[in-house]
Amino acid sequence: MTNPSSGTDGEKTGWAVEISALNKWYGDFHVLRDINLTVARGERIVICGPSGGGKSTMLRCINRLEDWQRGRVVVDGKDLTDDPKQILAVRRDVGMVFQQFNLFPHLTVLENCTLAPIWVRHMPKKDAEELAMRFLRRVRIPEQAQKYPVRLSGGQQQRVAIARALCMSPNIMLFDEPTSALDPEMVKEVLDTMVELAGDGITMLVVTHEMGFARQVADRIIFMAEGQIVEINEPKAFFEHPQHERTRLFLQQILH
Amino acid sequence: MSKMLQLPLRSRQQWASIALQAALVVVIGGLAYGAFINAADNLAKAHIASGFRFWDNTAGFDISQTLIGYSPSTSTFGRAFWVGLLNTLLVASLGIVLATALGFTIGIARLSRNWLVARLAGGYVELIRNVPLLLQILFWYNAVLKSLPDLHSSISISGGAFLNNRGLFLPRPEFADKFDYVAAALVFGIVATLAVRIWARRRQERTGQPPRTLSFAFGLIVVLPLLVFFAAGAPLSFSFPEVGRFNIRGGTEILPEFAALLVALTIYTAAFIAEVVRAGILAVSQGQTEAAQALGLRSGSTLRLVVVPQAMRVIVPPLTSQYLNLIKNSSLAVAIGYPDLVQVFAGSVLNITGQAVEVIAITMAVYLFLSLVTSLLMNLYGRTVGIVER
Repeated sequence: MTNPSSGTDGEKTGWAVEISALNKWYGDFHVLRDINLTVARGERIVICGPSGGGKSTMLRCINRLEDWQRGRVVVDGKDLTDDPKQILAVRRDVGMVFQQFNLFPHLTVLENCTLAPIWVRHMPKKDAEELAMRFLRRVRIPEQAQKYPVRLSGGQQQRVAIARALCMSPNIMLFDEPTSALDPEMVKEVLDTMVELAGDGITMLVVTHEMGFARQVADRIIFMAEGQIVEINEPKAFFEHPQHERTRLFLQQILH
Repeated sequence: MSKMLQLPLRSRQQWASIALQAALVVVIGGLAYGAFINAADNLAKAHIASGFRFWDNTAGFDISQTLIGYSPSTSTFGRAFWVGLLNTLLVASLGIVLATALGFTIGIARLSRNWLVARLAGGYVELIRNVPLLLQILFWYNAVLKSLPDLHSSISISGGAFLNNRGLFLPRPEFADKFDYVAAALVFGIVATLAVRIWARRRQERTGQPPRTLSFAFGLIVVLPLLVFFAAGAPLSFSFPEVGRFNIRGGTEILPEFAALLVALTIYTAAFIAEVVRAGILAVSQGQTEAAQALGLRSGSTLRLVVVPQAMRVIVPPLTSQYLNLIKNSSLAVAIGYPDLVQVFAGSVLNITGQAVEVIAITMAVYLFLSLVTSLLMNLYGRTVGIVER
C-alpha cells in the first residue's frame, strides 16, 4: 500500500499536523500547557511519558475527540475550528486506534470495516467489502471476517481496529496506547502490524511505552509530562543523551 | 435396568425431600378441591347459576363508550364483554404508542448536555414515578377535566369543536363512497414507500448512494392521497357538534374518563420508559461513540448505526415489562368509570349475574392472554434487534 495522501484538497501547509499554543483545562486542572508541535507528512512520531501527562489528550485533540480552550490545531491544512464540517472532514482523513479497541460488537468484523466506507465515503457494498478484505488480509485475519468481535482475541481485535481505520484511506493514523490493554503474548502481533504500516510512509502519531517500537520506527520521540512537551528528539539521541532530568528519570524507570 | 439399580442409592435426604414435596402436593390439591366444593355448594344455596349460559342473556345496562354496535335492550352480556375488551384495547394500545414516544423523548432529553432540558426531564421522572398512578388518574379526571366549564359555557374551539366537563366534542368525518379511492391511494402510497426503501437500500449496495427516501415517503403517503382526494371532488364532509339545551348533538365525543385515563397512563408509564431508555443508552460505552466519530460518521449516523442498535437490546426486555404494566394498569379505569373490560364485565356483568367465579376467571384469562401476546410480539422484535454476538 502506498500513502494515499492526495494534495487534492485546497491549500496545504506542507505539514501533516500543526499544533500551536494549545491549552486545555479540565476544570482547574491544566492538562495541556502551551503545546507547540509540527509533524511533517510521512513522519512517525512516538509520544511517551508518565500517565496523566497529557499524551492521550493531545492525540485526541488532533481529530477533535477533545475540545480545547486556547490554541490552534491544523490538520492536513484544515483548521480545526468549531465548524462541524471541518471536524468531519478532518476525521474522515485521520484514522484512530484506541487502547480498548472499541470495535462495534453488534457488527461482524467485515461490517466493522465496511461501515464507514459505505456510510461516509458512499462506496458500493461490494467495493467496500473488497477493500475491507484487502486490509484484513494485510493484518492477517481474513478468515475471521464473518465473526463477531467477541469471538476474537485481544490482539486480533486490535488488528481489526487497525484494518477498520485503514479502510478510510487515512493520511494520518493516531494510535492511543494500542498495546496497553493486551496480554503480553499478543503485543508483538499488533506491533508487527504497526511496523509494517510505518514502512508504507503513512503519517503516524503513536502514544506508547513500547520503547523497542520507538527505537525501530520513530523519526522523533516526544516526552511529555505535566501537560508539557519536555523534550523532542531523534531516537538515538533521545535514548542515549536525554537532555532533561525528567526524561532521564523516566527512561531509567521504564527501561530498568 | 440401570435406573432401577440406582434408586436404592439415593440418599436418605433425597427421599425425605421427595416425600415432603409429595405431601405438599396432596395438601394443596386438597385445599383447592375443598375450596371448589365449598364455592359450588354456596352458589347452589344462593341459587346462583353456574356455567356460561349467562353469556347469551340480554345485558340490559348501558355503556357510555361503545366502539361496536350495542344496545342495552337487545345486546347480550357477551356483547358487553366485547365492548369492554375493545375499550381496554383502545386505551392500552394508544397508551403504549404515546408512552413510548414520550418516554423516548424524555429519556434522551435527560441525557442532554443542556442543563435546563436535562433537569426538566429529571424532574418529570422523579415527580411522576413517585406518585401513585391511581392518584394521578383521579387528578386528571377530577381536578383537570371535571373542572372544565359546563355544557352552557362550553369552550368553543376553532374548527367546530367544543370542550366542556362532559368531554371533547369533535366534528365527525362522514365519508362519501368516492373516499375509497383516497384510502386506496394511501394504502398504495405506504406499500410504494416500503418498495422504494428496499430499492434504495439495494441501490446503496450497488452504487454507494445513501438511501434518502424521506421526500419520496412524503410524496407517496401525503401528497398522492391529497391529490386523489381533490381529484375525486373532496368526498368528505363533517357532521358538526351543536350545543343544545341539555346536550350536544352531532359530532363525535371523547369522554373525559377516556382522556383522563389515557393521559395518566401515558404520563406515568413514560416516566418509567424514560429511565429504561436512559439506562439503555448509558449502557453503550462512550468508546463506541468515539470510535464512530473518529471514522467520520455524523452524529445522526453514529446514533442510528452504532448507539441505538446496541441500546435496543438493553431496552427491549424492560420496555416489554412497562407495556405489560400499562395494559394491566388500564384496569384502574374503574376508579373514574371508564367502561373498560374490568368496569363493564368484572363490574356490571358480575353484579347483575352474580357469577363471580366465571366472570373473574374470564377477565383474568383475557389479561393473561393480552400480556402473553404482547410479550411474544416484543420477544420477536427483540430477536430482530438482538445481537448474535456469540
